[in-house]
Amino acid sequence: MIKDFFILLKQELTVTIILFILLFIKIGVKEMPARIVLNIINALLFLNLLAGFLFIRAGSLFGDMFQTSELISFEKNLLNLGTLIISLQSYHWLKNHKHALEFYMLMLSTLLGMFFMISSNNLLMLYLGLELSTIPLAALANFDLEKRRSSEAAFKMIISSAFSSGLLLFGISLVYGIHGSLNFAILAQGYSASPLGLFSFILLLAGLGFKISAVPFHLWTADVYEGAPVPVTSYLSVISKGAIFFVLVSLLYNVFGNISDTWYHMVFVLSVLTMIVGNLFALRQQNMKRFLAYSSIAQVGFILIGISGQSSAGSSSVIFFILIYLFSNLGAFGIVSLVSSVTGKEDIDDFRGFYQTNPLLSWVLAISLFSLAGIPPTAGFFGKFFLLLAGAGKGNYIWITIAALNMVLSLYYYLRVIRALFMEKQEQPIPKINAGWSPKIAMIICVGGIIVTGLFSGGYTYIHSFFIK
Amino acid sequence: MSEIPVTHILFVSTALFFIGMYGLFTRRNMITMLMAIELILNSVNINFVVFNKYLYPEKLDGLFFTIFIITIAAAEAAVAIAIIINLYRSHHSIDVEDATEMKY
Repeated sequence: MIKDFFILLKQELTVTIILFILLFIKIGVKEMPARIVLNIINALLFLNLLAGFLFIRAGSLFGDMFQTSELISFEKNLLNLGTLIISLQSYHWLKNHKHALEFYMLMLSTLLGMFFMISSNNLLMLYLGLELSTIPLAALANFDLEKRRSSEAAFKMIISSAFSSGLLLFGISLVYGIHGSLNFAILAQGYSASPLGLFSFILLLAGLGFKISAVPFHLWTADVYEGAPVPVTSYLSVISKGAIFFVLVSLLYNVFGNISDTWYHMVFVLSVLTMIVGNLFALRQQNMKRFLAYSSIAQVGFILIGISGQSSAGSSSVIFFILIYLFSNLGAFGIVSLVSSVTGKEDIDDFRGFYQTNPLLSWVLAISLFSLAGIPPTAGFFGKFFLLLAGAGKGNYIWITIAALNMVLSLYYYLRVIRALFMEKQEQPIPKINAGWSPKIAMIICVGGIIVTGLFSGGYTYIHSFFIK
Repeated sequence: MSEIPVTHILFVSTALFFIGMYGLFTRRNMITMLMAIELILNSVNINFVVFNKYLYPEKLDGLFFTIFIITIAAAEAAVAIAIIINLYRSHHSIDVEDATEMKY
């Protein structure tokens, strides 16, 4: 019994242990230099990632509130990997920051919340995990304490996330009123498309739509992404969004499977709006972070196509795409973060002539952007390909056509950045940046991930094998 | 003494929810917006307690959920107020119209 507890909860427990270690370092008597502390933390996060691959077992705990399986462990490992990459990338920003340890404590507590959210088998657990993963994120968005934009972003984030969880909670309360239970399995049996059931489903979808920033619930995204420090932005756009997608897939497929015909049309409308609005707004952005924010909104539209597939191919294509999206988006954000923390420049125009001074960094950024745009042979192409394939299984070719047109549209703004990097010149380009070893490792992981998952198709087969058993 | 019917209480909670939503969208003071969010969360609390008492008196899920919502709302308010204080230091105002450095 007690052994079960430790094995099933091991990923949550390792994160908690790291949190406590950081707390002890913080209150320890001797002040440690920031570089050593950051290296210790990176090593701990690496161990955390490795520990995730050991002793994987399926089971449930706490009276069926918490469940885990091989798939869920894999999803948690993905989030661990992303957190490690972000931690490596934020080295330059944090080494001069007074509160580096608090940054990690807040970040790891959100990671813990996401773990509980992914593992939830009960709406109460889902809500607790969701809140644990959003409230500290608002504090993180305010981490450049003296910058006005940072506080503004944090305020916008906490208000919109509180409002969205209010919507979600109202939906949950109505679901409880209908069924008298919060357990996913019991809800799945009796869920019907009665007016009250549909209303509560719409509220739930709207609440989660805020968190994944699907249009029309996207208004907070660009402002928060621009104002928050770059590592926090990349955490928001990859880890937090990825975790919500894992939950959304399991909710839509398992709990709301009975009304799948109804939610198919809702997801259709959301996805088409998200792709079009995200792409059109991305065209006119001048700030690199804002540009990546709108590009990530557009990617959400593509992920929603994969979700609509309602098959094992649908869910595995979503998870596969999030793996690729993690590498490509973090690769792009890594360069932006490096440039922003060394020179303070964040506009696309500042990147003109970047290739002449930093050829290697320009290539990393270019490969990541190619992958985001979905150009073969980078992994992004295969990710989008599987998403569209899963969506096309339903026979809705209008949707697929709109998606294909949007991919063409998105090429324009990705190539605009690449053109600024390679072809345009300016008198004072960004000087040569010495990245240091830890951001370099992060870049190698990202570029390696993009190329390897692109050229070898084992990733998709591996993820798909979880669903066949 | 006759019992209050369940629809009356549900009417109150739904009204509270939409009053909170209206307040959130129309008020320009940050603290007031926070209060509007508390109204939304409290309407959810009423819903849970009512459903628990009238429809499923043998279970306790709804009551537990209420306790968790109250706790989390407190944590949320604490973080939000800390952010507002920080914003006040730089903007010297808690009006949302003044916190518009980033647009579109």
